[in-house]
Amino acid sequence: MKHEQQHNPPMKYGMAIDLDKCTGCGACMVACMSENNVPFKTDESNKLDSITWIRVYKLTNGKSFPDTDICYLPRPCQHCEGHGGHSPCVSVCPATATDYSHETGIVSQIYTRCFGCRYCMAACPYHARYFNWWDPVWPDGMEKYLSPNVSPRMRGVVEKCSFCFHRYQQAKNKAYLNGERRVPEAAYQTACTQACPAGAIVFGDLNNPEHKVHQIVQPDPHNGNRSKNPRAFRLLERLGTNTKVYYLSSREWVRRAGDNYLAHETTGHVSKPHH
Amino acid sequence: MDSALIPKGVKRCPLWQFLLGLGIVGVVLAWGVYAMLLCWFKGLNQTNMNDYYGFALWIWADLAVIAVGGGAFFSGLLKYIIGKDELKYIINYAVLIGFICYSSALLILAIDIGQPLRGWFIFWHANVHSMLTEVAFCLSCYFSVLTIEYIPLILENRQIDRVPFFHNLSHNMHETMAVFAATGAFLSFFHQGSLGGVAGVLFGRPFSFREGLLIWPWTFFLFTWSAAAYGPCFTLLITWITEKVTRKKLVKDNVVELLAKISGWMIFTYTIAKIFDTTRWANITAPGLGQTLADFYTGTAMYGYWILFAEIVLGGLVPAIILISAPLRKNPVWRVTAIILAVMGVSLNRWVMVLQVMAVPVMPFDKWALYYPSWQEVATTILPVAYGIILIMISYRYLPIFPQEAELNPIDDEPAVVAEINTPADLEPAQA
Ligand code: SF4
Ligand code: SF4
Repeated sequence: MKHEQQHNPPMKYGMAIDLDKCTGCGACMVACMSENNVPFKTDESNKLDSITWIRVYKLTNGKSFPDTDICYLPRPCQHCEGHGGHSPCVSVCPATATDYSHETGIVSQIYTRCFGCRYCMAACPYHARYFNWWDPVWPDGMEKYLSPNVSPRMRGVVEKCSFCFHRYQQAKNKAYLNGERRVPEAAYQTACTQACPAGAIVFGDLNNPEHKVHQIVQPDPHNGNRSKNPRAFRLLERLGTNTKVYYLSSREWVRRAGDNYLAHETTGHVSKPHH
Repeated sequence: MDSALIPKGVKRCPLWQFLLGLGIVGVVLAWGVYAMLLCWFKGLNQTNMNDYYGFALWIWADLAVIAVGGGAFFSGLLKYIIGKDELKYIINYAVLIGFICYSSALLILAIDIGQPLRGWFIFWHANVHSMLTEVAFCLSCYFSVLTIEYIPLILENRQIDRVPFFHNLSHNMHETMAVFAATGAFLSFFHQGSLGGVAGVLFGRPFSFREGLLIWPWTFFLFTWSAAAYGPCFTLLITWITEKVTRKKLVKDNVVELLAKISGWMIFTYTIAKIFDTTRWANITAPGLGQTLADFYTGTAMYGYWILFAEIVLGGLVPAIILISAPLRKNPVWRVTAIILAVMGVSLNRWVMVLQVMAVPVMPFDKWALYYPSWQEVATTILPVAYGIILIMISYRYLPIFPQEAELNPIDDEPAVVAEINTPADLEPAQA
C-alpha cells in the first residue's frame, strides 16, 4: 500500500462552499460536533470559549432596508498550505504537534503531543483553532454515542477541524481492500458536506480534474492557487495563507467581505503579499 | 541573632523587622501560589483567557520581565567585554535582578501551558522553525548562565566564604566570569530576538507581522535592542527603590549616571529604529495586506492612537533625551522620572505586541475582542513580584551585593568594623 501510495500524485483536499446556497441552518456545525466528538458545555452562549470546528458567521452588507442583505459563511479550518506547507499555525508550533501533510494537504493536529502553548491559535487569523479549557463532560449515557473512530481530547490541548481525517483513513483502507489505486471521490466526504441540506459544500481533491471541487474551483497553480472561477474567492487570500477552502458568491459585497481591501482597491484585485 | 551571617561593615535592620517584612510579602506569595495550584489542578479555565486571547496577561508579563531582565546581560557585556569597569559596583544587583526575572519567566511559562507535564515536548519534539522553540532553548540555557553568575555571590556570604572549598570555588568562578558574560550576551541576543520574532512571524496577523532579514523579522532585532536599552533602566529603578526602602545610598552617582547615559543612548537609537519600523509597517507592510493604521487604532477606545504616542514618545524619546542630557541625567528627579517612563515604555511595547495583536480582528467581518484577567491570573502575575522581593530581601541582608555600601554608609559606633572594611580585601566587589 505504502509503495502504491508513493506513485500516486499528491492530493490536495479542499472545499468549495457556495455562500449563495447556504441558508445558515447550522446542520454542518451539528454534524461536525457529533462526528468528531466535539465537547460542549451546559451553557454554550459564550462563543469565545466554546468549541465549534466549523462555525457559521453571519455577514451583513451594512445597508438598511430595502437594500439590506445577509450572507452566512461557514468557516472550517482552511487547511492553509502557505508557501510549500508553511501554514501560519504549523510553522509556529514549537512541538511539531500540528503538521501539514504533503500527501493530502490536510493540516493535522496531534492531541497527545500538543502541550497547550496556544501559539498556533495566535497565528491563525481565521480563529479556526480552539483550546480545551475544560475536560470534556458528556451528559449521562452519551459516551455510548461517541464515535469510536475519533479520540476525544483532554483539557489543555488545542483542536480544530481535521477534514474528518478518520474518514479518509477508513476510505483509504477500503480502497486498498478493493484493489483501487486511489480513494474514490464519493468514498471520502466530510460530515459537514454530507449534512448540508442545501448542498452548499463540495469536497474533494483539488488536484484531481475528475473531482467536482476541482471543476468548480479551477485552481490556478501558476497564480498561487487562486481560483479561475470569477465567483470564487478565498478568505484573507492576500495574506498568503494559500487556503484550500474556496467560497463562491455572485454578490460583490460578499466577495469583498472575504478580504481586507484599501478603499481604492477593487474586489478580487490585490497586489501580491510582501513575504 | 543572625549577625554572623550579615556581611561585615554594613548595618541591617533587626531580625524581627526583617521577618515581619518577609511575612507580609510571604502572604502575597502564598496567595499567588494558591492561584498557581488552582491553575495546575483545575486547568486554564481558571483564567479569563479565551479562544481569541490565547496569549494574554501572562505572556505579556513573561515578555516584560525578560525585557527588563535584559539589564543583566547588557551590564555584563558592558563590564566584561566592553570594559566599563565602574559597572562592577552594580553588576551584582543586575545579575540578581536578571536571575529573578528569568526564573519568574520560566515559572509563568510553566503555569501558562495547558499541559504542564508535557512542557518538555518543546525540547523533545522541537520544531526548529518555530520561534518559540528558539526561545525555550536559549531561555533555559541563559537561565543556567545566570545561575552560574549568581552562585559566586551566594558563596560570598561571610559564613560560606569561611569554608576553604567555597572560598576557592568562588574565586575561580570570578576568574571565568567573562566567559559566562559573553555566553550570556550571545544567548540573550537570540532569545530576546526570538521573543520579538514570536509576533513578527505571524503572517496571518498584519498588526504584528514584519518583514526582515533572512529568517528574522525586524521585531527580532528591535526586541534585542530594546531589552539591552531598557534593561539597565530597570536595574537602576530597582536600585533606586532599594535605596529608598533601606534609606541608604548603595551605589555611587557616577556608576548610576554612567549606566543611565548608556541606556539613554541605547533607547534613543532604538526609538529611531522603532520609528522607522513603524513607518514602514504603516505605509508598506500593512497596506500591502489590506489594512491601515485606522483599522488598528480606531476600533476601540482602549487601543487608540494614544498607545503609539505613549510607547514611542513618552516611553521612548522623552526618557532617551532626559538620560542623554547631562544636566537632566544628573538631577535625581529627572533621572528617576526618565527611568520610570522607560520601564513603562518597554512594558507597553510588549503589551502591544501580545495583547493588541490578539485584539485586532483580521477577518473583515470579525470583531474586536477585549479581555480582562481573572483574579487567578493577577495573583499568579504578582507571585513572581513577591518572590523577587523576598529573594532581594534575603540576598541584600546576607550577601555583599553592593560593594560600595560600607563606604557610603560608615558605621560610626563600630570603629573596629570600619577599620576592617577599609582594607582592600573587603572592598573587593563580588564581581558576579
Ligand atoms: S485555518 Fe488556521 S488552523 Fe487551519 S491551517 Fe490555516 S492557520 Fe492553521
Ligand atoms: S498549542 Fe499545541 S499545537 Fe498549538 S502551537 Fe502549542 S503545542 Fe503546537
